[in-house]
Amino acid sequence: MNIISRGFSGRRQPGGDKLPPGQYLERGFPVLSAGPTPPVKTATWQFTITTETGETRRWDWQQFMALPADSVTTDIHCVTKWSKLDTHWRGVSLDTLLDGVPTNAGYVMARSYGGYTTNLPLPDLRDGKAWIAYEYDNAPLHPEHGGPARLLVPHLYLWKSAKWVTGLDLMTHDKHGFWEELGYHDYGDPWREQRYQGD
Amino acid sequence: MARAAVPGRLNWRVATLAAARDETATARTLVFDVPGWPGHLAGQHIDVKLTAEDGYTAQRSYSIASAPDGARLELTVQRIADGEVSPYLTEVLEPGDPLELRGPIGGWFVWTPKGTAPVLLVAGGSGIVPLMAMVRAHAEADSKVPLRLIYSVRTPADAIYAPELSQRSVASPLETTYLYTRQAPDGMPTGRINADAIARLAWPPQMTPAIFICGPTGFVETAADLLVAAGHDPDMIKTERFGPTS
Repeated sequence: MNIISRGFSGRRQPGGDKLPPGQYLERGFPVLSAGPTPPVKTATWQFTITTETGETRRWDWQQFMALPADSVTTDIHCVTKWSKLDTHWRGVSLDTLLDGVPTNAGYVMARSYGGYTTNLPLPDLRDGKAWIAYEYDNAPLHPEHGGPARLLVPHLYLWKSAKWVTGLDLMTHDKHGFWEELGYHDYGDPWREQRYQGD
Repeated sequence: MARAAVPGRLNWRVATLAAARDETATARTLVFDVPGWPGHLAGQHIDVKLTAEDGYTAQRSYSIASAPDGARLELTVQRIADGEVSPYLTEVLEPGDPLELRGPIGGWFVWTPKGTAPVLLVAGGSGIVPLMAMVRAHAEADSKVPLRLIYSVRTPADAIYAPELSQRSVASPLETTYLYTRQAPDGMPTGRINADAIARLAWPPQMTPAIFICGPTGFVETAADLLVAAGHDPDMIKTERFGPTS
């Protein structure tokens, strides 16, 4: 039961029906990171998928760029309340990367340069729902937004879309990542407003 | 029917505005009584929720400005002229009014009196707010850990907490240096944060200071990059980036 805020009428925004509860429309592209932007060079960049049995599959930048890529137009939602509609990305689908990887895992820990981690259910990365993105608005992804490459899982709050991603560890049991350990939600569905543990 | 509190769940609470004071022409400090407030750490933030007559709601996050103090909580809100929530909080909300909030949120960008490393705080504009909570928590705990604040503001009139910072600099091991980007007091230069300012004002990397940077994105990116270039361990640098919240 909400308490009426005396004298508050609010500012309803066009496209408001595309905004999950508690979100507002942002036209810029705010940056949220826990520390300095790590310098990641494509010359030494690697992306590794490690299964629960320790089997690995690895790409360097050149091999990664040779993979088929998707253009993606999607809304993004940050737990700090801003949403941005119809953003344009290009990247490799996780379906492509996970194709043929033998696993019974139900969960994934995404790992980033700089030490960031975040946990997700593996099914949320399949069926055209997630990418490793390396272009934003037809330009190479800027380092402060996670370049050269970041995870993009737009149906979950944006902290799940790990910037500077360098690997996915497939797990049979769920574990907390960086923000999840600090009280943020394990799943993070913006439409159910799963911001914090217990939401 | 009221739902029982789930342990660890961040329930909405009804706070009451107890007092308010202007800090600058556009920043206002709001003092709330929050019954049942579980306490917080310096650097954490809260979510606030406003609800219109027709049920429309708006939420924003604000840093806590006060050191932990029972059921008392202070926010300092920077008013954004065309904003939705900040004009309400700074111009409409009056003492006695209720406000829904929940928290504390965030356990990374925090300083506690258990810290033994020298502390460097780097603030840009209203990014001072969570850092001020650290300055206050440091004083409350009578911490002897050396504390330096580099505070970048557009003009002297934009400096939030200036009188309190100068008082605390006398009373506790706090050194405050202002950088004025647009207009400085007579006889002082203007300029943005740069390698020279870091070399003069930051603790040297050999002292492995705990570093907290808060402000607009461009400021935080620049300051963090300068500190890493000066030899500071990226793992010792914690950042919180925001534009002002509308």
